[in-house]
Amino acid sequence: MMQIVIASGKGGTGKTTVATSLAQVAAERGAVRFLDCDVEAPNAALFLHPVLETHRDVGIRVPRVDAQACTYCGKCAEVCQFHAIAVVGKKVLVFDDLCHGCGSCTWHCPEQAISEHLAVTGVIDSGTTPEGIAFAQGVMNVGQTMGVPILRELKQWTPATGDAPPSTSLRASGALEIRDAPPGASCPVVETMRGADFALLVTEPTPFGLHDLKQVAAIAHDLGIPAGVVINRDGIGDAAVGTWCADRGLPILLRIPMERRIAEAIASGQTLVDAVPDYRVGFQELLERIVAGVNP
Amino acid sequence: MKLAISIAGQTIDSPFDARFGRAESFCLVDSDTGAWTVHANPALSASGGAGVQAAQFVAKLGAQAVVSGAYGPKAYDTLSAGNIQRFLAPGNEARSGADILAAFRAGQLTEADGTTHGGHHGG
Ligand code: SF4
Ligand code: SF4
Repeated sequence: MMQIVIASGKGGTGKTTVATSLAQVAAERGAVRFLDCDVEAPNAALFLHPVLETHRDVGIRVPRVDAQACTYCGKCAEVCQFHAIAVVGKKVLVFDDLCHGCGSCTWHCPEQAISEHLAVTGVIDSGTTPEGIAFAQGVMNVGQTMGVPILRELKQWTPATGDAPPSTSLRASGALEIRDAPPGASCPVVETMRGADFALLVTEPTPFGLHDLKQVAAIAHDLGIPAGVVINRDGIGDAAVGTWCADRGLPILLRIPMERRIAEAIASGQTLVDAVPDYRVGFQELLERIVAGVNP
Repeated sequence: MKLAISIAGQTIDSPFDARFGRAESFCLVDSDTGAWTVHANPALSASGGAGVQAAQFVAKLGAQAVVSGAYGPKAYDTLSAGNIQRFLAPGNEARSGADILAAFRAGQLTEADGTTHGGHHGG
């Protein structure tokens, strides 16, 4: 299954607009699964209208210490690089909100005194869209700060049997996965991109857009993922994005002009290709270029 | 009593550092004899959980009480689990570790009851 990540260095550039339209045209040619990885504020469901019928709690596995078995040797605290577990005197303290669920303490405890318990940090909602796109989104609980564990679970998600399309067809070579990345250039973006076959970077032709594009392009580059650019609101700003892409050999795969009807479609909860069907061809070509680029 | 005072420097005459988890070092002083040693705070470079790490550090040093300007909730819990008393000294006046020791001996320091700031969040 080919995996495409749609990313942008900041929010509001039209990343979800591109991701949802790409998913719709992809669904016309084969099985698609869509992952909304913006766990702080997922919004692709507002455009793709999936029926989210499955909800699964996810989180991190935090340690719990059996006071009977513990010898207070301090090994767990020593190996925890996040200082989430402390041993003082005859007490072991665990700070769930510092814990990354890495399992080191459990692994190193010489007395097998540690067991792991799920601390729920979010939920994965999943279902199917009217076009048959298998859809899942991760939603981080309010007050939580670590999105990466939810993202890892989300990337593992496979549609349950009975959901259309069946997971067997998703494993077929023509199947596509589209991940809508969180905005920004921090750990959750890196985690979303990791393992993908292609990164589609959405930007605006302004100095701010270029600044943010450079950051996400650097992540894709560091992860060794081929990338291409979509320029949204083309016509505003200047030509610096185009020049920089040319210098770096980053192909500009699509330009979406600044148009009032596009903004209106998005405000009304429609995807771009539904609201303005003349963009359908552009997105089909975009998809073909990505697929051809990855499997030449 | 063995007292750990958060300081910014290498000797008991170095200035008092009102931060606990991010203090530069701890002056471990015997309040009866005045004998002291200084220990660099390993939590200074921690990206998170500095208070927890610093609390375990002073516990390992054998401190029975600490003096600092503020304790985050996790540092507070870790220190109290280790039965280490938590004293507060205001950080807004220029004082040395020796001045803090004198204030402690004179019974002028108050004990922290709960947390004095909200700690850090983030991951
Ligand atoms: S490593 Fe195991 S035995 Fe040692 S202090 Fe931690 S929980 Fe207790
Ligand atoms: S699971 Fe990892 S982060 Fe959590 S307490 Fe254990 S060692 Fe620390």
